[in-house]
Amino acid sequence: MIEKSEKYLINGAKDKWEVVIGLEVHAQVTSNSKLFSGSSTTFGAEPNTQVSLVDCAFPGMLPVINEYCVQQAVKTGLGLNAKINAYSVFDRKNYFYADLPQGYQISQYKNPIVGEGEITLDLPNGSKKVGIERLHLEQDAGKSIHDIDLSNTFVDLNRSGVALMEIVSKPDLRSPDEVSAYIKKLRSIMKYLGTCDGNMQEGSLRADVNVSVRKEGDTKLGTRCEIKNVNSIKFMQMAIIYESKRQVELLESGKSIDQETRLFDTKKNETRSMRSKEDAHDYRYFPDPDLLPLNLDKKLIEKIRKDLPELPDEKKERFIKEHSLTPYEANVLVSEKEISNYFEEVIKSSDKKLAKNWIMGDLFASLNEKNISILESPIKAKKMAELIDSISSGVISGRTAKEVFEIMKETGEDPKQIIENKGLQQKSDPKELEKIIDKILSDNKDKAEQYKSGKDKLFGFFVGQVMKESGGKANPQLVNEILKKKLK
Amino acid sequence: MSELTKKSLTEIANLIKKKEIKSEELTQSFIKNIEKDKKLNSFVTKCSESALKKAKDFDKKPKLNTLLPGIPIAVKDLFCTSGVKTTAGSKMLENFIPNYESTITNNLWNEGAFLLGKLNCDEYAMGSSNETSYFGNVMNPIAENTVPGGSSGGSSSALAADLTPATIGTDTGGSIRQPASFTGTVGLKPTYGLCSRWGIVAFASSLDQAGPMTRSVEDCALMLEAMASFDERDSTSINKKKENYSKNLTNKIKGLKIGIPKEYRVDGMSKEIDKLWENGKKILKDSGAEIVDISLPNTKYALPAYYIVAPAEASSNLARYDGVKYGFRSSKGNNLIEMYENTRSEGFGDEVKRRILIGTYVLSSGYYDAYYLKAQKVRQLIKNDFDQAFKKVDTILTPSTPSSAFKIGEKKDDPISMYLNDIFTVPVNLAGIPAISIPAGHDNNKFPLGLQLIGKPLDEQKLLNIAFAVEKKINFKQMLNRWWEK
Repeated sequence: MIEKSEKYLINGAKDKWEVVIGLEVHAQVTSNSKLFSGSSTTFGAEPNTQVSLVDCAFPGMLPVINEYCVQQAVKTGLGLNAKINAYSVFDRKNYFYADLPQGYQISQYKNPIVGEGEITLDLPNGSKKVGIERLHLEQDAGKSIHDIDLSNTFVDLNRSGVALMEIVSKPDLRSPDEVSAYIKKLRSIMKYLGTCDGNMQEGSLRADVNVSVRKEGDTKLGTRCEIKNVNSIKFMQMAIIYESKRQVELLESGKSIDQETRLFDTKKNETRSMRSKEDAHDYRYFPDPDLLPLNLDKKLIEKIRKDLPELPDEKKERFIKEHSLTPYEANVLVSEKEISNYFEEVIKSSDKKLAKNWIMGDLFASLNEKNISILESPIKAKKMAELIDSISSGVISGRTAKEVFEIMKETGEDPKQIIENKGLQQKSDPKELEKIIDKILSDNKDKAEQYKSGKDKLFGFFVGQVMKESGGKANPQLVNEILKKKLK
Repeated sequence: MSELTKKSLTEIANLIKKKEIKSEELTQSFIKNIEKDKKLNSFVTKCSESALKKAKDFDKKPKLNTLLPGIPIAVKDLFCTSGVKTTAGSKMLENFIPNYESTITNNLWNEGAFLLGKLNCDEYAMGSSNETSYFGNVMNPIAENTVPGGSSGGSSSALAADLTPATIGTDTGGSIRQPASFTGTVGLKPTYGLCSRWGIVAFASSLDQAGPMTRSVEDCALMLEAMASFDERDSTSINKKKENYSKNLTNKIKGLKIGIPKEYRVDGMSKEIDKLWENGKKILKDSGAEIVDISLPNTKYALPAYYIVAPAEASSNLARYDGVKYGFRSSKGNNLIEMYENTRSEGFGDEVKRRILIGTYVLSSGYYDAYYLKAQKVRQLIKNDFDQAFKKVDTILTPSTPSSAFKIGEKKDDPISMYLNDIFTVPVNLAGIPAISIPAGHDNNKFPLGLQLIGKPLDEQKLLNIAFAVEKKINFKQMLNRWWEK
């Protein structure tokens, strides 16, 4: 039913359908303390050990804004090329739940701290701009745990009050792949900025996915469903595929879509209705009277702007210019801050072209194989550079280097050490090589005659024989030179 | 009854400083009075034992360079006090013992005072007669079966009956000034943000303000000086330097301009109140002040706006009392929603439920613009009225309440008539400005009546000075037969 083409379309029984997707990403602000209290935000602590009186809403407790979180939001807004609102307001979003101690979440409703912006996705067919609607700060809720006890629910308030940025995209995304590219790019920007660690396993980044469909060519948006709280790119994609198919089937059978909130069941790979529009909460938003409106100093915004680190898009341009990379290569190397750092570290002391090939080839393959990140790689950047340097300086051949790499990726050992221990240095002594070559030529006099009478292809044969004789250690360049001389 | 308990706060502070009396002796005499509180019902929690211990500790190591050296003080049960039950007059918090101390009470203790007990109040400070408290009605020392005002009714009653030398209340729509007026005592609502809200059980955050309740203006200045401070833990706290209100107190008010707002002459206002107001004007004139007629045209919208804004904030502020974390939890209910419903149905009284319902309604989608947003606009207009008026005058003189204290039960089933009691006090809260109520006379029943002085933001010193001048000339005397001790 799904057709892979340049344009992602769903082939229904009658029509082709376009999928329209918008995301509300909840990104945990990188900060040691919570949005309105001094409690720690460390992940994985014992339940209810990182909770202040403010976080569990004791009588008379008041929120005080964490300035650092505000700066982090501004920084992120600037990274998203967005408008920073000097005036913003914290509102209360009122609803009852056991893990919401105040009975309301402090969020920003009408006046968010960041307005419209945009980010550029690099897709196989070129780049695409995706609009950002807004970014606002809000508190996270606690966690209800239902599976410890049959008849009781337990509440862990460690997360209660942790600062989140809700980043709302425009409905500009058109396929699961674009969604993947969007999340990756957003995460990459925030990691470059140091405003969100992007760790989806720990829940630092999750999204509500809004999905609607419309017939190809239609310009009006269809009725959307919101799939709540999806915490991996793979699940987002699965949910979108399922949900868009479901909507197409409904529409083609003459039914209509109910605007509702749905849940993605990762085990059954389906979305299920959580609550309809009629059952939707009335959150009774109003400005939080415990907090004054935020008035940002223009100077502070400018200072943050000035101090912004180099972001993926700028870095990509620089890599293309400075390191003669293709746009594709540059994209890959800047996609994650850690990768670009690794690359730049390696090329400090080694050949750029070799470095690029080794990193994007063998290194990435080994990381994929082990399913680890570049930070966890046993081969640190310095050692990678040493390996590459020993190729360009002729200590070992490219082929031997592969052998060394295989050892390094398991043990993380020093390449020089490996080369020395295993005696892998190339034979680059012309006299020694001449001896070997003379032996080969005298063993194969007939072939030498044939070569001389014009059978050029035999050159490779001689090289092979020499390499074999030398145990693969002969310096190929020298072998070529000497052979050519001797066969003249 | 000990003569000590009749003395003013300022006097006893001086006696202790001069080492003429000991804290223990002083504390004992208040404890003796408190033992006869039964009929007044002004105390929810008595801290006699711990107070006596603190008094002895003080006497052993007296710190005399403080504002309130060795003085026992009972406070409204809305202030969280570490290790001592803090009920807010509600079943919901009947057994709630905080492990933290409100900034305001902490400030008092830092000035040498200590806790004498927790005073009854309307449930979550919602009421004008102390009839909504889960812990029962409080009676006014002036006459049996008469309300002491509210919501700081336990405070006004205990203060007037000499059960505490001074006290603190909170004022969201008049909850300090109206009970002060009903009991012949002095009550000040400071500028919003002058006194920290940290650790005070919240009713309506944008209106709540703690303030002193005392038996004289001088005492009021002393208490305010001890209470006021910048508090980083309250985002709405004003960052300003501390003032010496008591030291700078003066009755020289010559040349000051006093505004008389025509809109406060409401229909049906008794002649006695009118007379009181006229007398106030005369005294100010005699003291060299100039009387200026002014207009506060939006006054009539204040009460309706207040009864939208305050319940709206309350409906949200009281959401935390859900039975999950602390306080009362109903034993009934098979799931979370039922537990919520039963807990809140059983834990809250009718007036609190009424305001939560109103507040929820005015904030709900489709009504927000018509009610809450409009009320906020009215609030701005009322503020503008005062801003305009203060271009012409230094302070504004009005009656504190439209009537004297009424009988228990008289208005209980008529919320509108109860709410009308706040008509002169509410505009001040909406504008966030300071006002003081001082006893200014008696009506035909010999019930006290109060006059209110309204000032510019942070102009507490001037308010206190004018009040001080008026107080001297009026020479108000309590007429108590101490019926509750019989």
